[in-house]
Amino acid sequence: MARNVNFDLDPHRLEACLESPVDEVGLHNSFSQLLMEEESQEAIELLERQNELDEEERDRVDDLSSPDEEIWRRREDVEGEEEGRRLLDLPTEERWSSATLRVLSSMPSRTIGRSRGAIISQYYNRTMQLRRRRQSKPSAGHFSRSARPSICGYGVETDDVTDGDRNKRDHLVNNLQNLPASDRVRMLRAMPLSVAEKNDLRLCSSPRFPVRFNPPSPLHQVALKKVSGRFGTGVLSYFLFVKTLLFFNLFLFLVTGLFLALPQAIHPPSVPPGRVSFSGLELLTGGGYFSESVMYYGYYSNYTVTRNCSSSNSSLSYNIPLAYFFTIGMAFFITCIILVYRYKHTHTHTQILLMSKSFGRSFRIDKSHGILAMKVFCSWDFKVIKKASVKLRSENISTQLKELLAETNQKPGQKSVCQKAGRVTVHGVAWLICVGGVLGCVLAIHFFSEHIPLVTEASLLALPVVVSLFNLLLPGLFNAAAWMEEYDSPSVRAYVSISRNLMLKTSVLGVLCYRWLGRIAAEPEKVGLNCWETFVGQELYRFLLMDFIFTILDTFFGEFLWRLFSQKALKRKRKPVFDIARNVLELIYGQTLAWLGVLFSPLLPAVQIIKLLLLFYIKQASVMMNCQSPRKPYRASQMTTIFITLLCFPSFLGAAVCVTYTMWSIRPSLSCGPFRSLANMCQSGKLWVQELESHNPNLSWLTWAHSYLVENPLFLFLAAGAFMIVIYFHSQVVDGQRKIISLLQEQIENVCSVSCRIYTTDVDVRTWPTVAAQRPAGWPIPLHSFTSGLPLAPPISLSPSVPLSLPPSRSPPLSPSRSPPPPL
Amino acid sequence: MIKTFETPPPFASQWFDPLPPPALSSGTSCRLHGRFHELAPHLVPMDYTNEPDIRLPLTLIVTMPELKENPFRNRIVEVFSEDGQGNLSFNDFVDMFSALCETAPRELKAIYAFKIYDFNGDNFLCKEDLEKTLNRLTKGELTPEEVRLVCSKAIEEADLDGDSKLSFSDFENMISKAPDFLSTFHIRI
Repeated sequence: MARNVNFDLDPHRLEACLESPVDEVGLHNSFSQLLMEEESQEAIELLERQNELDEEERDRVDDLSSPDEEIWRRREDVEGEEEGRRLLDLPTEERWSSATLRVLSSMPSRTIGRSRGAIISQYYNRTMQLRRRRQSKPSAGHFSRSARPSICGYGVETDDVTDGDRNKRDHLVNNLQNLPASDRVRMLRAMPLSVAEKNDLRLCSSPRFPVRFNPPSPLHQVALKKVSGRFGTGVLSYFLFVKTLLFFNLFLFLVTGLFLALPQAIHPPSVPPGRVSFSGLELLTGGGYFSESVMYYGYYSNYTVTRNCSSSNSSLSYNIPLAYFFTIGMAFFITCIILVYRYKHTHTHTQILLMSKSFGRSFRIDKSHGILAMKVFCSWDFKVIKKASVKLRSENISTQLKELLAETNQKPGQKSVCQKAGRVTVHGVAWLICVGGVLGCVLAIHFFSEHIPLVTEASLLALPVVVSLFNLLLPGLFNAAAWMEEYDSPSVRAYVSISRNLMLKTSVLGVLCYRWLGRIAAEPEKVGLNCWETFVGQELYRFLLMDFIFTILDTFFGEFLWRLFSQKALKRKRKPVFDIARNVLELIYGQTLAWLGVLFSPLLPAVQIIKLLLLFYIKQASVMMNCQSPRKPYRASQMTTIFITLLCFPSFLGAAVCVTYTMWSIRPSLSCGPFRSLANMCQSGKLWVQELESHNPNLSWLTWAHSYLVENPLFLFLAAGAFMIVIYFHSQVVDGQRKIISLLQEQIENVCSVSCRIYTTDVDVRTWPTVAAQRPAGWPIPLHSFTSGLPLAPPISLSPSVPLSLPPSRSPPLSPSRSPPPPL
Repeated sequence: MIKTFETPPPFASQWFDPLPPPALSSGTSCRLHGRFHELAPHLVPMDYTNEPDIRLPLTLIVTMPELKENPFRNRIVEVFSEDGQGNLSFNDFVDMFSALCETAPRELKAIYAFKIYDFNGDNFLCKEDLEKTLNRLTKGELTPEEVRLVCSKAIEEADLDGDSKLSFSDFENMISKAPDFLSTFHIRI
């Protein structure tokens, strides 16, 4: 039931009720001040109770609490109370504390003659307080999806000054229903009502079948909210990245499943004799039973399948080789478009904002670029809701501010030549170690793959295991190398680490691609293979699976056991930190494998989907249990841009180049697959066009177009050249915009400082236009000269005769007493 | 002898008071209504046809888990309340979460952030406002001397028009250099 609830107390009423105990209406309103006071105390009490009730989210950072926190807490209490008092608008000498009020209210003079209605009201207030107190943190899964507040008629009474007993009783019953059983019993017992009344209330308030069904919000939203509440934006970006990749794989799976796997599954080709039966090892190796299945390239037939429709007496035909070629091609093309769109979406936004800072350069301390102010205003992450994380963040911010203060106070002294040379040497040695490590790893993989004895089916797993081991161990080497180096800023360190990991992963993938496409595909007989594409598909399946298994092992050992070890054995207080960059690179590596493998194993995206789903929940559980948020600030938006860029460029582009190369120049195997009789996979398209022409002479223009445009290298060169010119033009536009923005910023600074200077000298301000005309040398060139060639909207032109028209907020306030600003 | 203009007027409120934040999807609105109802089930009705004027007090709103540990929770609720005391109606509640959601535009977030940090409500971020902000951020980790130093340096850095306090344009200019502002000034509901 709705009514106008006003929590602003009427002080006169309050005074009146305290004077005459007979006035019952006034009596139970006096409890509302109690309510107010208790509420401000309650907020703090609730915090403590949450810590008791919520066991699973208890962090062991109590030892980090500083004695100053108590002072801060007490300060907050006092503030809260004072605000409460201000609300009440009471004169200071008439403030009673809650304890006093409680004592006063239980005095006989105040309880005599209280009607049943008054008692019920009082207990109604008390049950409200108790409900709020007992309400544990609503788990994120119980968002109530109540009906949209709109149409159904509802009896709404407004302005209930004279509340009937009946309504108050209903309120009380409602409150009692929502209390836990123990509190309900206690409350009922404490009420000064007759037993009959109490029985009545008890029966009414006993739990009934819930009327309203609240569907919980989806599980992944719950997981994301938990992670962001505890760790903030940085770690959240990893999980959002997993979601993005899931979306890409889902799309790929739908396309290949619908257009390739389904038609082929409906019309299975004749199975050759000697098909191996299912054994458990197939799940790991991808061979055996799965070799002759829709999963791999070799199963697909190279003819057109027809299906006779008995009803219409016609037949539907489906050209499988053509479908294979076009499906894979279109899937890649559409993925490319989506990627570029996402890249543009995240990139331009942050790019325009990064105008005053260059990528990877540390902040320039001498110029006033607002670093300290930015830290104060922009560093708080509002998503963080766990108490311990909040505490950690405050500490982080304090540490950073102290560091910044120290830096600004102490002028960065010129490092001596010796020191510089020393640093350069150290960097050089570290890079040497890293590059050497990568080279060694690449050579090891190469020789291992050449000389591996393929004795049993299980030995096929040896190469993936070795590669995954290298992927796991070498980043450790990079960390060790980075540990001895000294960097200007944490972001430089992060970028160097990312680039080293990237170098490792690209080299590994490069050597593997060489092995598959350069050696196996070129001479499949040497390795004793009939169908090399199926073999490559199986290899990719194995690699993907091993990558997943090793990631799980790494999560278990690297995070769970390491946390136990560091806390029990090393007695460290802090949990390990979740390394976002390394984990994201692992994801990108896995995705590259999936993209490489789509051509050879159309159902590989399904495997990747399952892997990503499992990874999402396992990582989330591990992060919540074992890790803590990083000490250093994490620039989420910059990092997201980098990750999407890495996904686009080395990862997708590399996979697309490999696939295109395979389709264009490698000869398919003769005995399996949809392209078995052709010289290369693209021929299927050509053959189809020729067939079309022979069937229907009207389409000869298609053949003409195909032979003169698609096959003619000159046309392709011209097209590529035009494309690159467009890209160059766009990059120039962005550069120009960047320049304009920085010029504008400079102008604002100049104008403000110049105007202050003008106002403090003896100048009649009415001559402002002429003063502006005699602007000092070095005034920036009017902007219209820059806007002429570039698409900028709206164009800004500043001519000398017109006083600068800034928006009204920018008109500088006059401060005649201000000391002269530094010279322009 | 300086002939001066009159001092420029304080912010024209029609420029400064932003349009209401963009509407949320109906799913989110339902969820928000559920959350609002959860805070005071006996007060908040299930349907709003007669537009009842229910306002929940600040002390109730800040018990929400999203706001409970936020050092600026009181200011956030006060900024979005009509009376400035923190009593939110359902519309104010929805406005609050839609201004703080992922898809709210940058300018809107900047305006509300400015209002939140402006403790004395004079449309300028003066030294006292900054000191209060800093105290809430760092919770007593910095000494008072350090706090004063940080505040004066911050004002020095960001103040473009030289009045030793930050107007909204100074604030917005500084925010524009922080690419993370949009992602950090966001409450997930």
